[in-house]
Amino acid sequence: MMRISQKLKRQIPLFVMVLPPCIILLVYFYGPMFGLVMAFQRFTPADGFFGSEWVGLENFHKIFEMHDVPRVIGNTFKIATLKIISDTLAAIVVAILLNEITNRFLKKTVQTIIFFPYFLSWVILGGVFRDVLATDGLVNILLEYIGVAPIRFLSDPAIFPWTLVATQTWQITGFGMIVFLAAIVSIDPVLYEAACIDGACRLRQIWYITLPGMSTTIVLMLILSMGYVLNAGFDQILNLYSPIVYETGDVIDTWVFRMGLRRAQFSIATAFGLFRSLVSLILLTVAYYIAYKKYDYRVF
Amino acid sequence: MVGEKTFSRRIFQISNAVFFFIVCVACLMPIIQVLSISLSSSAAVAAGRVILLPSELTFRSYEHILRREEFWQAMGISSVRVFLGVSFGMLMTILMAYPLSKPSSVFCARTVLMWLLIFTMLFSGGIIPTFMIVKYTGLMNNILSLVIPSSIQAFNIILLTNFFRAIPRDLEESAYMDGAGSFRILFSLYVPLSLPALTTLIVFTMVFHWNSWFDGLIYMTDARLYPLQTFLQTILVTPNLTMVTRATAELMRVVSDRTLMAAQIFVAAIPICLLYPFLQRYFVAGIMLGGVKE
Repeated sequence: MMRISQKLKRQIPLFVMVLPPCIILLVYFYGPMFGLVMAFQRFTPADGFFGSEWVGLENFHKIFEMHDVPRVIGNTFKIATLKIISDTLAAIVVAILLNEITNRFLKKTVQTIIFFPYFLSWVILGGVFRDVLATDGLVNILLEYIGVAPIRFLSDPAIFPWTLVATQTWQITGFGMIVFLAAIVSIDPVLYEAACIDGACRLRQIWYITLPGMSTTIVLMLILSMGYVLNAGFDQILNLYSPIVYETGDVIDTWVFRMGLRRAQFSIATAFGLFRSLVSLILLTVAYYIAYKKYDYRVF
Repeated sequence: MVGEKTFSRRIFQISNAVFFFIVCVACLMPIIQVLSISLSSSAAVAAGRVILLPSELTFRSYEHILRREEFWQAMGISSVRVFLGVSFGMLMTILMAYPLSKPSSVFCARTVLMWLLIFTMLFSGGIIPTFMIVKYTGLMNNILSLVIPSSIQAFNIILLTNFFRAIPRDLEESAYMDGAGSFRILFSLYVPLSLPALTTLIVFTMVFHWNSWFDGLIYMTDARLYPLQTFLQTILVTPNLTMVTRATAELMRVVSDRTLMAAQIFVAAIPICLLYPFLQRYFVAGIMLGGVKE
């Protein structure tokens, strides 16, 4: 009895510590989850979560009758999938080739330069690309030199998704490169020495040693990114798109933002947001589960 | 045979170097171009004469924006935000990570709290309900709206928890025997011992707060309360909101919306550029420490 109460007494300070962060966690993370009830209401901010009129699934019916909703879902999947493929490929290629640079100083410098765009916000990058990719911007000036007609990177609906993919890959390759470089460094150097004695050239070594050595990391990164397939890059798109390219560039998150906070259709926007969150929950759970079971990957 | 091998190796090395030269140019080109535009006269920019190098060098665009009160105000709010965000966020992270680093036998709520935390990585209420909660808790137009909700980052807490867990328990036990309470143990034993992990988290949080703009956009209804990135965002996406309102004809020849925009973009990026070598080191360390961070 004495022992138990003493044990409890030692826990009290731990509970005191954890109280402030827990209140924030409950209010600002679990509060909004409870707030999802507004997807089933005709919500007005004045009536609140408890006082607004309940309408059942009406908001969901409305969403799936809207003509732009299937398009928005399609755009989200398409843009996110293209980005995952492009980002992963670029990071793999850059990491492998960077590993082949023997001069340490050069290697460090290149790595520093490639990683840099990762640190700039999409507000800044949005401003940069709005200028550089404009019809009279740098890229079109350079294209003119080689005789290519001006491309409307940001205002041609057929090209805009590719602009999104390219600019995101440009920004994020440095991050993936670091992850893959870490995987390459952990490959046993003895393998390379053995290959060298057997007379395998550098390209063969990349193909038969480096790539298989990174394969776990590659598959793991792909599985984890599967969980983010509804996340097409809200920050980026909001800073690069315009009504002209909604047709191909509008995604779930940007739609929800405009509908909810710009047009004050709170319930409809939340219903669509809830749909997105639920699908993401399933995808993420599956992704983390596979990563854990197959590759023993744990965040905790 | 040896000669042939070194020959093909050379070709490979050279083409690799060329490849990375192109990649590096592509990485830096857009940023250098914007810098050059900000340093050129509007006439030269309009004529398409600015290609990676400034033409008709002038600092008038910088002079013009640095004289604007709104700009300094936004800069000030951003600085306060980074300071408050980092100190409050780190305090919450430490306070939550320490109890979570104890086994369930020592802290009985550990498992429940851990799952509550992890669940926030998988599911969220989304922007509209979060907005409503911030509104109902009275944080609209208050800088705390940018600090409090973002102070709990599950990934950071878990990273620090793992770090705390690696600290030998004997240390804690002997401190406890000497009469140190839990708070004392945490702040004079665990925190100093975790400085490498904490510095990494501080750097993550600093960059996060400096670069955040969306929360400022939705939680601040008064544009005078915008942090710098939000301030910049609103003028970038509505570019026809002309900035050269009270400009004289003489000034118009030197600065235009485009050169002013470029100057503002660059000024907002300066803190990151200056701190970059330092930031990079800690981010690389953090990526290694935490496995994968999306």
